[in-house]
Amino acid sequence: MTPRLELRSVAKSFTMHRRGGLHLPVVADLSFSVAPGECVVLGGPSGIGKSSILKMVYGNYAVDRGEILVANDNTVIDVASAGPRAVLAARQTTIGYVSQFLRVVPRVAARDIVAEPLAAAGVERSLARDRAEVLLRRLNLPERLWQLPPATFSGGEQQRVNVARGFICGRPLMLLDEPTASLDAANRQVVIDLIGEAKAAGTSFLGIFHDEEVRDAVADRIVDVARFAVPSAS
Amino acid sequence: MSEPLLVADKITKLYGERVGCRDVSLDLWPGEVLAVVGESGSGKTTLLNCLSARLEPTSGTVRYATRDGVARDLFAMSEAERRFLMRTDWGFVHQNPAEGLRMTVSAGANVGERLMAIGRRHYGGIRQAATNWLERVEVGTDRIDDDPRSFSGGMRQRLQIARNLVTGPRLVFMDEPTGGLDVSVQARLLDLLRGLVADLGMAAIIVTHDLAVARLLSDRMMVMKDGAAIEGGLTDRVLDDPREPYTQLLVSSILQV
Repeated sequence: MTPRLELRSVAKSFTMHRRGGLHLPVVADLSFSVAPGECVVLGGPSGIGKSSILKMVYGNYAVDRGEILVANDNTVIDVASAGPRAVLAARQTTIGYVSQFLRVVPRVAARDIVAEPLAAAGVERSLARDRAEVLLRRLNLPERLWQLPPATFSGGEQQRVNVARGFICGRPLMLLDEPTASLDAANRQVVIDLIGEAKAAGTSFLGIFHDEEVRDAVADRIVDVARFAVPSAS
Repeated sequence: MSEPLLVADKITKLYGERVGCRDVSLDLWPGEVLAVVGESGSGKTTLLNCLSARLEPTSGTVRYATRDGVARDLFAMSEAERRFLMRTDWGFVHQNPAEGLRMTVSAGANVGERLMAIGRRHYGGIRQAATNWLERVEVGTDRIDDDPRSFSGGMRQRLQIARNLVTGPRLVFMDEPTGGLDVSVQARLLDLLRGLVADLGMAAIIVTHDLAVARLLSDRMMVMKDGAAIEGGLTDRVLDDPREPYTQLLVSSILQV
């Protein structure tokens, strides 16, 4: 089976021009793949570059070398070399991303923040809102909060809005950056169930989970990022 | 959707010895929002004026795909053709609403005027369209007969947006659309613009020095310095992983609140 995601010899570093051109290598020769319906978890200590890898796959960080191949419907794009429009198109059809923190849009109600990606994909707004409500209810976000902008929500409430927004479209490749970090046990279980159902439907996951219980419940395989980390020269 | 809406090739504008912008090339596709960022004097407004045919570049070409699907050189068109384009297919939102509005006629007439310019004659229909647009941009419809001199800055800006969008333009140019407004008014306007751009599927080129505005509104971003485009790409890529020294400086200069 063609992998949904394949990284081939990817290298990433940062050059800090404001710090006298300080060169900070992150990973080198990073290669692994994720099959349809598989959940691969990135392992290793904090600061080793796990989030950076998710951001490279999403096209959010540029890559120094290597390929990041994402397959969908018999087409494959290399996120590492594709132009901005191709990456945007891949985000609209193929790649979903649940970040650690919700980037709050002023004045927009939680329900509409969740519904937005579905509406942007062409689903009628009222249907998108209905679907958003189903997810928010499932994630136990109190109904009185749906109409409010999440700026004042607690960390756990914001994270549930973020999870719902990420899952609403059912993209074939989902990138999860600690989606359960601020959730209680009941809501962690909801996220575990959502991931399990999506996997059964063929969705691939690449994720970061520090919570062992969640990791054990969802991971098919763990890729140890420390193997690809570049020791800092300084 | 398979052809770009606007293609600029090596736009250079010199003011005598001084460089406005130099060798800037870009393309914009239907429905796409491009932010042009940089500090004062970086040439972003000069570029915007060249792209929107308000200023003729010293060299370089701008091609625009008109509704018949033909990509035409803006500066090879007749003045009348360019004016027609500006009235129908384009919008231009100025930083100062007074530049884009007629301050001595009513709000309703400001919106209705663009419809009349494209040949709409039915008074009731025009008034109805104006009422709808005032509602859409959150200007009370009881203000339809007031002239914009009595409006606050934020209301004027929203009225200017309504005036520009009423004809269903395919491309809107915006020059610091949130500049000079209070932050709370800015947030409301940004939210409104985001919704309108998404619902109407129009393309936009937004000049701003505010990276937060670029992040919220744009798909792609171009960074200008000393008249040249120094970095471009997906908006979140440029902001989260800036490559050029100057872009790193800009991004690191944002105040975190």
